[in-house]
Amino acid sequence: MNAAAGDHPGLEVRDVTVSFAVPRAQGRADHDPSDRHLVLDQVSLSVRSGEIVALLGPSGSGKSTLLRVIAGIIVPDSGLVLLHGVDVTERPTHLRGVGMVFQDNQLFPHMSVLDNVAFGPKMAGIARAERAERAVSWLRRVGLAGFEDRRVTELSGGEAKRVALARTLAREPAVVLLDEPLTGLDRELHDRLAIELGALLRDANVTTLLVTHDHDEAATIADRTEQLAGLRP
Amino acid sequence: MNRLPRRLLIALAIGPTLGLVVFYAWPFITLVVEAVDATVIIDTLGRASTWEVVWFTAWQAVASTAVTIAVGLAPAYVLARYEFRGRTVIVGLLTAMFVLPTVVMGAAFLAMLPDSLDRTVWAVIGAHVVFNLAVVVRVVGSLWEHLPTDMEAAAATLGASRWKVATRISLPLVRPAVTAAATIVFLFTFTSYGVIRILAAPGTRTIEVEVWRRATQLGDIGGAAALALLQLAALIAIVSWSTIAQRRHAQAIGLLPTSARRRPRTAGERRFVTLVAGAALLVAAAPLVALVVRSFSTPTGWSTAAWTDLGQTEIRPGIRIGIDPVDAVVNSLINAAWATAFAVVIGALASLAIVGAGRAGRALDGGLMLPLATSAVTIGFGMLITFDTAPVDWRARWWLVPVGHALIAVPFVVRTCVGVLRSVDPAMGDAAATLGASPVRSWRATLVPYLWRPLAVGAALAAAISLGEFGATSFLSRSGSETMPIAIEQLLGRTGSVLQAQGFALATLLAATTVILVVIVERLQSPFTERPRR
Repeated sequence: MNAAAGDHPGLEVRDVTVSFAVPRAQGRADHDPSDRHLVLDQVSLSVRSGEIVALLGPSGSGKSTLLRVIAGIIVPDSGLVLLHGVDVTERPTHLRGVGMVFQDNQLFPHMSVLDNVAFGPKMAGIARAERAERAVSWLRRVGLAGFEDRRVTELSGGEAKRVALARTLAREPAVVLLDEPLTGLDRELHDRLAIELGALLRDANVTTLLVTHDHDEAATIADRTEQLAGLRP
Repeated sequence: MNRLPRRLLIALAIGPTLGLVVFYAWPFITLVVEAVDATVIIDTLGRASTWEVVWFTAWQAVASTAVTIAVGLAPAYVLARYEFRGRTVIVGLLTAMFVLPTVVMGAAFLAMLPDSLDRTVWAVIGAHVVFNLAVVVRVVGSLWEHLPTDMEAAAATLGASRWKVATRISLPLVRPAVTAAATIVFLFTFTSYGVIRILAAPGTRTIEVEVWRRATQLGDIGGAAALALLQLAALIAIVSWSTIAQRRHAQAIGLLPTSARRRPRTAGERRFVTLVAGAALLVAAAPLVALVVRSFSTPTGWSTAAWTDLGQTEIRPGIRIGIDPVDAVVNSLINAAWATAFAVVIGALASLAIVGAGRAGRALDGGLMLPLATSAVTIGFGMLITFDTAPVDWRARWWLVPVGHALIAVPFVVRTCVGVLRSVDPAMGDAAATLGASPVRSWRATLVPYLWRPLAVGAALAAAISLGEFGATSFLSRSGSETMPIAIEQLLGRTGSVLQAQGFALATLLAATTVILVVIVERLQSPFTERPRR
C-alpha cells in the first residue's frame, strides 16, 4: 500500500456517523433508553498521501471522536474508513498502522523515555538493538538526545509532547493523527513547536490529520484546513 | 481560646481508654508474659508438629492468595471498565460474600462440594478464593476505574494486540494495587480460622487453629501463647514488606476523577464481558444456593424438617445432643444487642474525643485500632487466660462475650464516625462562636448532630460482626450458652443428616441476617469501605 499504488487517497472517511447513548437522567421517569446524542453526522473527508490536513472546529464538536474512529478506538454506527483505498472500518486498532498523538500524550508511566519510544517497534517484532537505535534516532530528531533514561513522569509539558510525537513516528505509521497536539503549552513554546512539528511531518512525508481549534496553528503546520462543520453532506 | 475544656475531653476519653487497657492491653501483656519463657519457646519451636502447622498455614495462604488474584483480575477489569445489566448485582453479591461470617462460608462450601472434596485443602482454598474475590475486585478495580482508557488505546495505536495491551500496559499499571490486594488476602487466609475449623481435614491446621487446640483441647497454654506471638511476628513482617514493596512500585499516574465505564461494543467484547460476569455470578451464588438447598434436603427427599424442628433437641426420644439451635439464636441476639450497645457507646465517646483532642486523640485512635490488627483468636485467648482468677474471674459472666465482640467492633464504629466528624467544616463552630456560643455550646450545636448517622452505620456493623464472630467466641463462650456460629460448627461437625441439615438451616439464617444488616449499612452510607468479619 504505498502512495504510488494508485489514485487512492492516503486516508478517506466516508459518511461516518457516531452517536452515544444519553446518560440516564437521575430520577427521571420519562427517560427513553433509545435517546442518543449524535456526535458525528455523515462526515466525509479525504487526505492525499503525504498531505497534512488540519481539522478545525469548536471544542465538543466531535473532532476527537472522528480521530478515534479513524484509529479504530471507536466503532462508527455507519460509514467507512479507508486507508489507501482499503476498507479498515472493522480492523482492530493495532493492525491498522494508524499512529495517534493523544491530547494528554498517554505516555506509559512505568517505562523510561526510551522504552516508550521503542514500544511501537517492539510490538512490530523488531530486535532489541535495532529498536533502541531507532528510538534514539527519533529522540534526536525531536530534539531530546540524551533523554533516553529519564522517567516520563519527570518531563516538562513540551518534552512530554515531543516524546509522544517520537513514539508515534518511530513506528513509521501510514497515517498520523494529532489530537490538539499543542494545546496547553505556553505561547512561545507553542509557536516554536508548531514550526518544528510542520517540518518534522513534512520531512517524514506522512499522511497527517491534525485536530485543533487554533487557526494560526492550523495555518503554520498544515497544507490545507477543513472545518468539521463543512464535512457534512 | 475557642478550644473545648480539657475536662470534657478527659471525660469523653476515659471510658474508651479504660476499656482498651483492661480488655485489650492487659490480656495481651498476660499472653506475652505467658509466652516469653525460654523452655516454652524452645519446646514449641523444637516440635516437628509446630513446623508442620507453620508450613501448612503458609502454603495454603500462598496458594489461596495466588488463585484469588488470578481468578479476580478478570472480573475486577470487567466490573471497573464496562457498564452492563446486572453489574451492580454482581458487585453487591461479591461484597455480600466478603462480609459473610467465616463459619457460614465454611458451611456453604461444605453444602456445595461433593463428599469426596469435603474437608480437604481444596475446599479450604476454594472458600478462601470466593471469600476474598471482593478484595481484588474492589482494590484493583478501583484503580482500573480511574486509569485513563486512552493509555490502552495509545498502546493499540502503536501496534499492541489485546494480549500485549493487557500484559504490558494494563497489568503493570495496577501492580501496586495487586500487591495491596494480595497482602490483604494473604493476611486473611494466613489467619484463617472459622473456614479451617469447618472445612479442613483433622490433621491440617493453621496456626490459629493450633493456638485454639493447644489452649482449649490440650491445656498447653504456654505453647499456644508462643504460637500466637510467632504468628504476630510473621504478620508484622509481611505488612512491613508489603508497605515497602508498594512504595517502591508507586508511580505517578494521571488518575481520572471519575470512572469512564462504557457498554461493550464489539461482539468480542460482549462475549468477554458475558463470560467473565457469568462466571463471577456463578462462583459467588453457587455456595449460597447450595446452603439453602441443603437445608431443605434429606436422604429421603425434600423436607422442611430442619427448619421446623430447629428447636427439637431430641433427635430420638431420650437422646439429646447438647446443642439447642433455638437457644443459640436467642443467645446470639442477646450477645449482639449488648455488643452493639457497648461498641456504640464506647465508639461514640472515643470518636468525639479523637476529633476534639489533637495529638492525644491520635494516640487513642491508634490504640483502638489495635484489636483490628490482632487476630480474634489471640484476643479471645488473651481474655480467657487473664480473667480466670479472683478477683477478676469473669469467665462465667454474661457480659464477657459481648465485651470481646465490642472490642472487635469498636474500630469499625470509630472509623465511620471519625471520618464523618472530621469532614464537618470547623468554620461552622467559629460562626457559632461569633454568635455568642461558648465552645461547649458551639460543639454541641455544630459537631455532635453529625454523629448520629455514622453511629447508626457503626451499630449495624457491630451487630453483624457480633452475630458472625467465631474466633474470640470459641474461647469465651460457655457450654449451654453457644452462639449461632458455635452451634453451626458443632452441628456440622457431627454425623447424621438431620443435624447437618439443621446446621445448614442455621447458617442460612445467619447469612440472611448478615446480608440484611450489610444492606442497611450500604443504604445508610455509600460507598461502603470497611470490612466487618471475624
